[in-house]
Amino acid sequence: MTDPTSPANCPERKYWLDDRRNVDKVFYGLVLICGGLFLADFFYHKHVNFAFEDWFGFFAWYGFICCVTLVLLAKQMRKWVKRDEDYYGD
Amino acid sequence: MIDGLNPALVLVCGSLLALLIPQGLLRSGFLLALPALSLIQLLGLPDGQYAQIELFRLTLTTLRLDGLSFAFALVFHLAALLAVIYAWNLRDPVQQVAGLLYPGAALGAVLAGDLVTLFICWELAAVSSVFLIWARRTERAYRAGLRYLVVQVGSGVLLLAGIIVHIQATGSAAFEHLGLDSPGATLILVAFGIKAAFPLLHNWLQDAYPEATVTGTVVLSAFTTKMAIYALARGFAGTEMLIAIGTLMAMFPIFFAVIENDLRRVLAYSMNNQLGFMVVGIGIGTPLALDGAVAHAFADILFKALLFMSMGAVLLRAGTVNGSQLGGLYKSMPLTTVFCIVGAASISAFPLFSAFVTKSLILEAAAQEGHWVAFLFLLFASAGVFHHAGIKIPYFAFFAHDSGIRCREAPNHMLIAMGIAAALCIGIGVFPDALYAILPYPVAFDPYTTTHVIAQLQLLTWSALAFSVLVRTGIYPPELRSVNLDFDWFYRRLLPAASTRVWTLALRGWEAFNAGVTRRVEALIAVLSRHHGPHGLLAATWPSGSMVLWAVLLLGVCLVFYYL
Repeated sequence: MTDPTSPANCPERKYWLDDRRNVDKVFYGLVLICGGLFLADFFYHKHVNFAFEDWFGFFAWYGFICCVTLVLLAKQMRKWVKRDEDYYGD
Repeated sequence: MIDGLNPALVLVCGSLLALLIPQGLLRSGFLLALPALSLIQLLGLPDGQYAQIELFRLTLTTLRLDGLSFAFALVFHLAALLAVIYAWNLRDPVQQVAGLLYPGAALGAVLAGDLVTLFICWELAAVSSVFLIWARRTERAYRAGLRYLVVQVGSGVLLLAGIIVHIQATGSAAFEHLGLDSPGATLILVAFGIKAAFPLLHNWLQDAYPEATVTGTVVLSAFTTKMAIYALARGFAGTEMLIAIGTLMAMFPIFFAVIENDLRRVLAYSMNNQLGFMVVGIGIGTPLALDGAVAHAFADILFKALLFMSMGAVLLRAGTVNGSQLGGLYKSMPLTTVFCIVGAASISAFPLFSAFVTKSLILEAAAQEGHWVAFLFLLFASAGVFHHAGIKIPYFAFFAHDSGIRCREAPNHMLIAMGIAAALCIGIGVFPDALYAILPYPVAFDPYTTTHVIAQLQLLTWSALAFSVLVRTGIYPPELRSVNLDFDWFYRRLLPAASTRVWTLALRGWEAFNAGVTRRVEALIAVLSRHHGPHGLLAATWPSGSMVLWAVLLLGVCLVFYYL
């Protein structure tokens, strides 16, 4: 006799993130937060050590550019350094 | 508290005594009591120098307690306690002993007031730690352990050579500031550099740590590299070269981390990256920078232990930590997910988490000293670490596409260890002054200014935005089953290949030489056979005829010599 409470017989619980639209909501939420933080530079006086830190939204766009550069360079690097999983034979 | 007793001895001797105690709750309890007792001993000791012994006209200070060594000794105890709780149900005596003998050795190293004691602990840490890798009991782990051991003992040999030169020249074995100009300093710096995973000397870390056992990696992550950071801070603070080395260290591993599939190896790369920040701090050498290096080492031990613990739990339950095979685990392991995210937020330096209040000391010091190139690269590395450790680790393990793996949540003792580590990470972030109070120099720095909080949030959220955009547009490189060549290629591929080739060439030369000699000998035999063989001219007159011939020849030679 099969156990009706075993996981195999229960329809699996649907999680909030299983719905694609909710993942989109998270993404647009992030976009909103990013926009807000970027504009926050209007509202306070920066205390900085270097002049470039004072450029509008410096940390925002510097972070964005760095991450895109990082991923694009790493992707190129993969062409050179990627090998089969058993390359070293152990 | 026993006056003058070295806390490291409690761990080292106690870990061996543990073998006498029957396996089970009793032994686990004893193992937990050891770091607790050792911690009580440490906290009871006032700053000063203890247990001095005379050896061959050298004064050895086996126990020195000051601001620098105390901070490291304290966090080593926390790490050892966390590791014992995490390994509570482990019944493998090899890991039980090594899991405390190795922290004990590392503790001895940071408490050592002289170079000889430092060397002994340095080597004991190397030898005891390899058992945490071998305890995985696979061929792959055995080989990785051997490579690890060769590198670690090599560091010890260089250290010993440097120490001998130093003692010969100065007559003192005291471990104080060395600087590059003191005798033997270069050898000592390279020895420290190997354990601190300097660029090109780094690969043992990414090679060996991910091959260790579930708990082994957690233990390993805390001690060896931080012991080296301590040694650098003690011996080479203010060595300008370290700023460049540290910046490079913070930068290059993040590229490997992005394309690495084994998530524990990703963490090993990010560890290398975090060590870079500390090395920069030591290179700058101002009180603020040194405080930053020590504080960041303190925070790093805790959040890295937390991250390795969460990945260890995944390895235990899901059977793999390859990003390409994981995903959707938040459904099965919700608490581990939360703890991993706390670790990820801590390493990424989110406000209210530990690295925010520690890394900023180093960045501030770099800015105050006008190192703008290093500052920009460290900022790049900060965005990078958020990218690969802060987002990639939790994303590919617990979210991303659902891999269909349904497993149980991590065992309770692992959850407790992760919970304590997570609480410490948040505690440091929320109450930075508690950590600042135990740093070597007084700290006059407030991390929670409007500028700093907003700047950091901008950096992190826009990095997250970059990640999301790249994943949604399909540009982000997928997790693939693969290995990536790093510097270890030189000693795992190039050197063996080159030595095989040299050996083949030598073998071929030897064969050619042998063939040549054989040909000559055969020709000689042929000549002899022609003259002395059955039909040879000389054989025909055998024996009296040839005897006369040789006698005449000899007489002739004698005659010639006589006239000469």
